[in-house]
Amino acid sequence: MTQTLTHLEALEAEAIHILREVAGQCQNPALLFSGGKDSLVLLRLAEKAFRPCRFPFPLLHIDTGHNYPEVIAFRDQRAAELGEKLIVRNLEDSMKAGSIVLRHPGESRNRHQSVTLLEAVAEFQFDCLIGGARRDEEKARAKERIFSFRDEFGQWDPKHQRPELWNLYNARIHPGEHIRAFPISNWTELDVWQYIAQEELELPSIYFAHHREVVVLSGGALLPVTPLTPVPAGAQSVWRSVRFRTVGDISCTAPVLSEATTLDAIVKETATTEITERGATRLDDQTSEASMEQRKKEGYF
Amino acid sequence: MTTDALLPTLTDHGLLRFLTCGSVDDGKSTLIGRLLYDSKAILADALDALAVSSRKRGLEEVDLSLLTDGLVAEREQGITIDVAYRYFSTGTRKYILADTPGHEQYTRNMVTGASTADLAIVLIDARRGVLSQTRRHMTLAHLMGIRHVVVAINKMDLVGYDEAVFQSIRSDVEGLARKLELPDLHYLPLSALKGDMVVERGEHLDWYTGPTLMALLEGVELGLEDLEAPFRFPVQLVCRPRSSSHPDYRGYQGRIESGSVARGDVVTILPSGTRTTVRRVELFGRDLDRGVVGQSVTLHLDDEVDISRGDLIAGAVGAPARSRDLNATLCWLDERPLDPMSRLVLRHGTREVRAKVTAILGRLDLQALESLPAEELRMNDIATVSLRLQQPIAADPHSWVRNGGTFILIDEATHATVAAGLVLAQETY
Repeated sequence: MTQTLTHLEALEAEAIHILREVAGQCQNPALLFSGGKDSLVLLRLAEKAFRPCRFPFPLLHIDTGHNYPEVIAFRDQRAAELGEKLIVRNLEDSMKAGSIVLRHPGESRNRHQSVTLLEAVAEFQFDCLIGGARRDEEKARAKERIFSFRDEFGQWDPKHQRPELWNLYNARIHPGEHIRAFPISNWTELDVWQYIAQEELELPSIYFAHHREVVVLSGGALLPVTPLTPVPAGAQSVWRSVRFRTVGDISCTAPVLSEATTLDAIVKETATTEITERGATRLDDQTSEASMEQRKKEGYF
Repeated sequence: MTTDALLPTLTDHGLLRFLTCGSVDDGKSTLIGRLLYDSKAILADALDALAVSSRKRGLEEVDLSLLTDGLVAEREQGITIDVAYRYFSTGTRKYILADTPGHEQYTRNMVTGASTADLAIVLIDARRGVLSQTRRHMTLAHLMGIRHVVVAINKMDLVGYDEAVFQSIRSDVEGLARKLELPDLHYLPLSALKGDMVVERGEHLDWYTGPTLMALLEGVELGLEDLEAPFRFPVQLVCRPRSSSHPDYRGYQGRIESGSVARGDVVTILPSGTRTTVRRVELFGRDLDRGVVGQSVTLHLDDEVDISRGDLIAGAVGAPARSRDLNATLCWLDERPLDPMSRLVLRHGTREVRAKVTAILGRLDLQALESLPAEELRMNDIATVSLRLQQPIAADPHSWVRNGGTFILIDEATHATVAAGLVLAQETY
């Protein structure tokens, strides 16, 4: 008999409870599903929460039009395997309608996603969006509630969050407001990879090490060479063994150097990694690769 | 720490949730930074960003406390104003740390952080000894039913690592602890700034022979009391697919909040009072020999009984009594004081009922540790009250079944969570 749960069992149980609370408290929720690893974990958790019943919500993807094709194909395949409804809304439609105006054609579409997302919330009258965000991703997120309230403008007010006690969540809202629910708030990147390995979840191929044409930017970040992100003038591209730690809009997601071709190898790399997930994969950040140990030796403190 | 130590092992000692109580002046943020730093949870680029922001603020050394102060507003004020969560792992155990502020006006944040914590670290500045906030933190830890409390006497480097200072503060705290009957209490001298007795023992505290803070955290036994407590299972959803592959499937989905459950156990459905027997404990198509506290499972019962979300499945022996009248300890969380005219909803488990506060029996003075008469209930007040409910609920006294005796109050007009409640042992009505 199991006396206490392993850390993954405890995190899984908490996430299942949260998903069931969304289903129990909200009238019309949706689960944000991009084909990325965090949302694939959410789908497995939803299976564990609801099967043999169907999911009590559709899947929703906001497509920037700049996603890796293998990820989009994987997204459609996974939704079909589960037999669940997938709704896709495109940034390009918001651009045509004039609600998104890019300053120049090459501008990253990443930060414009929220416009299309809120349009989808209004179109379908969603009262809750389930997302795969985690508190370890950045400092402000570390303070966000698991059931996080959004006002009629879709805004989060960090100074006026609802107190959240025990596992008694409050998803009550007025019309026009909605809730963002984050079942894997308490997971770290390592937990996610360990869970994917434990559950033997399938992932889009670009999460595993592969050869890719990249440009090494000053500071060490890798710019993937694609039709959207050609080799900058004066720069030279090289071929490297890389994998993606996060997948999103092509214009702002970078791979990292890696030889990891299996889940076990990725778990091992993640456990020993020196760069946080956002730092490694955001092209607008300059990151250092000096190790913690080296810093201690240099008398960092 | 070697690479292998960070990898999943066969000896997974689970998940420990703890909180740190203390003010900025006690070096709380520095202690958290030290735990994260020495357990190498701060990755290299986060450290770079930290160095930059430390320089911006005119600090020469990297300020570990900046790691935990996330929101712009609180960085400007230099204080932590809300609960923030931090994560680290030692390879054998994963830790979730709730960082809660120590200022008096933020009692509600400590109550929030404490609600999910297994362990509390109460920080004391060795130079200042026991302060009024120490009494408040110990009292709240006791009130919220935190099982393990570590009294960490910090800044020992600033008192010459003097054992007499430590012993003197310890005996002051012991007087307070005796009144509170805290079940598992540890005293620890440390210097978060220098790192003594946090993860490493350091060289200055040879007279202290007990475990380091990290060794204490690693050694805490988790959840045994909750495992041995009576079985409680608030029903979240009923799954009836009525599909060709599952024509007769009827499962009750929820999380085991207390105790454990196995096939053949006799259970009582509340509030109806119906008795039946557990036929299966299922997790994603797999039958479990026993479901234990913390697990989210699906229960199957012998009889076709009428059960829906909001019902409670409880062990038949010692099932909680139904009542429309409750006495409870409330922590008022909302900026607006209790308005006797406002319409409140009480949520207990998955059940929601309309509620009224019919009497404020007394407000707890956290300094004097006594109940004083009170006319009103303001934010951060802790009070004993009488509640009248529109429908009965089946709640346990919090002191008896910790996870069966908690609730929140929601304002029906604003939808704000206005109070946290702990059910008191009921008098006979």
